[in-house]
Amino acid sequence: MIKSQPLSSHPSLARVRRFIQHGDRFYQLLLIVAALSVLVLVLAIGNELWRNSALSRHAFGWKFLITSTWDPALNNIFGALPFILGTLVTSIIALIVAIPLGVGTAIFLAELAPDWLRTPLGFLVELLAAVPSVVFGLWGLFAFIPVFVRPTSDLLNKTLGFISLFQGPVFGPSRLAAGLLLAVMVFPTITAVSRDVLRAIPNNQREAALALGATRWEAILQVILPYGASGLLGAIILGLGRALGETIAVTMVIGNNLDLSASLLHPGYTMASVIANEFTEATFDLYLNALIEIGLILFITTLLINLLARLLIWRVSRRVKGEVRL
Amino acid sequence: MNNHSVRLRAKRKTVNILMLSLTAVATLLVIAPLLWILGYVIRQGLPAITPQFFTKLPTPVGVAGGGILNSLLGSLMTVGLGLAIAAPIGVLTGLYAATHPDAPLGVFVRFGTDVIAGVPSIVMGIFAYTLIVLPQRHFSAFSGGVVLAFIMLPIIIRTTDEMIRLVPASLREASLSLGAAEWKTTFSVILPAALNGVITGAMLAIARAAGEAAPMLFTAFGNPFLNINFNQPVATLPHTIFVYAISPYNDWHAKAWATALVLITLVLLLNVLARLIIWWRTRLLGSIRG
Repeated sequence: MIKSQPLSSHPSLARVRRFIQHGDRFYQLLLIVAALSVLVLVLAIGNELWRNSALSRHAFGWKFLITSTWDPALNNIFGALPFILGTLVTSIIALIVAIPLGVGTAIFLAELAPDWLRTPLGFLVELLAAVPSVVFGLWGLFAFIPVFVRPTSDLLNKTLGFISLFQGPVFGPSRLAAGLLLAVMVFPTITAVSRDVLRAIPNNQREAALALGATRWEAILQVILPYGASGLLGAIILGLGRALGETIAVTMVIGNNLDLSASLLHPGYTMASVIANEFTEATFDLYLNALIEIGLILFITTLLINLLARLLIWRVSRRVKGEVRL
Repeated sequence: MNNHSVRLRAKRKTVNILMLSLTAVATLLVIAPLLWILGYVIRQGLPAITPQFFTKLPTPVGVAGGGILNSLLGSLMTVGLGLAIAAPIGVLTGLYAATHPDAPLGVFVRFGTDVIAGVPSIVMGIFAYTLIVLPQRHFSAFSGGVVLAFIMLPIIIRTTDEMIRLVPASLREASLSLGAAEWKTTFSVILPAALNGVITGAMLAIARAAGEAAPMLFTAFGNPFLNINFNQPVATLPHTIFVYAISPYNDWHAKAWATALVLITLVLLLNVLARLIIWWRTRLLGSIRG
């Protein structure tokens, strides 16, 4: 377009130049509009959920969070406590299992594994992250529960049944099943982020610890892990965020029951799974609004949790970058 | 050396070996579910895979045969629409983030993208429901495509951003110094150089969106018949798996496994291909820059 203009005073050249400059202005504007879409999306989600939960918010106020009556059939009273507790309990089970295994795997991948093993293993972890949630659910329902969760539940019930957490009767689909399945699903999140955090730690930290006579494990435990602590915490919180919002797999294995007992071996319900189960059955506006309010709680919680996790991870990567530059 | 310090050293060495081995065991336990899932899906799903499975509509319970043509088509429609919406916006946003890394909006975009990626897909589903399904008063493939666009957006933004930043600055500078305008440089030099990477982002986004069942429950809704109208409900692969899996019928369970095999093959192939491209590009461009 501009390759062979013979005369700089040629009138068409000025036109071309003007077009190009205008093009640049238009281009910049286009980029900014696109970039603003992220902001618009977050605000729009918040706004829609807020507006469409108005009936329920006005009817129940803050009591929605702390009452446990969920009665769409007779009295039209809604309280989200059983679902909030169910989400918390399953997420906590998931973290208890996934933190040691996920961070352990990250240590193995970042600190110990030889190069030829590191890449393929990291690849497998990423593939685990790619498995669709509904496939996890299918596997959980027909393979994981009968082969692993049922026997584990029986064992827990027999040995620790006197604690209310493990009291019988033992069901297949249960809070424990959902928690363990969630653990498998958050493995890749915790592992991949922790591995990246550990690999970002400068080598002089390792070398200094080893030079002082520490064993590999002592170097990891006393130097590497504390150095990356806030990043690792970020990885764990990111895993928590994933666990809180996970829907379809949990819906398939938790049993979807408003059981209020403390037992982990009983079926339960979570915020995400009640939305999945009852949304299309919500026959009147207040019912639908109550479900959308649960969605609002879920949205705000995951937003805050992700914000916190990203801040923690960013802090580590910034600090590490600064030190590398020195 | 006295007895005490010899014993202490032996103990430290034992602890060292024990804990290091435990991290290897943890790795095995994390990988094991993947192999278990893949093996199980293949074993349960393969017997039901026949040519008819891809070309026939579902049959009622108890009637032999039947396939998932409606779900395949519905997934194609919703994912295709999602990509058509998310790809242009995502690529432009990624471009902005990559070319303005220190501007306030650039920082915000990168941060906001990470945050959006963490919003549960069921919440995205409610959003699309109140935005489209509620005013229109009917479920539709269109609303399903819009949800998938929201889910794809952060993935496309992030990969575009990373891949554009891998393009050597010298390429951009050379183009600008030849007198090309900023937009001309972007669209005829930088984007072509990063094209593989951007396509990779789209592939990862497709893989993710194709597996989303939760938001489809009240947007695309499901449909046992063949439908190519965006204004009507459609079935999608993950939603069909869900419906078949929670049914009480054995022959539907078999179909759930076969559909899962189709879905997981698609998703993992896209992922493997995408990761290979990323790995190859990072090495290649890294070596040019370094």
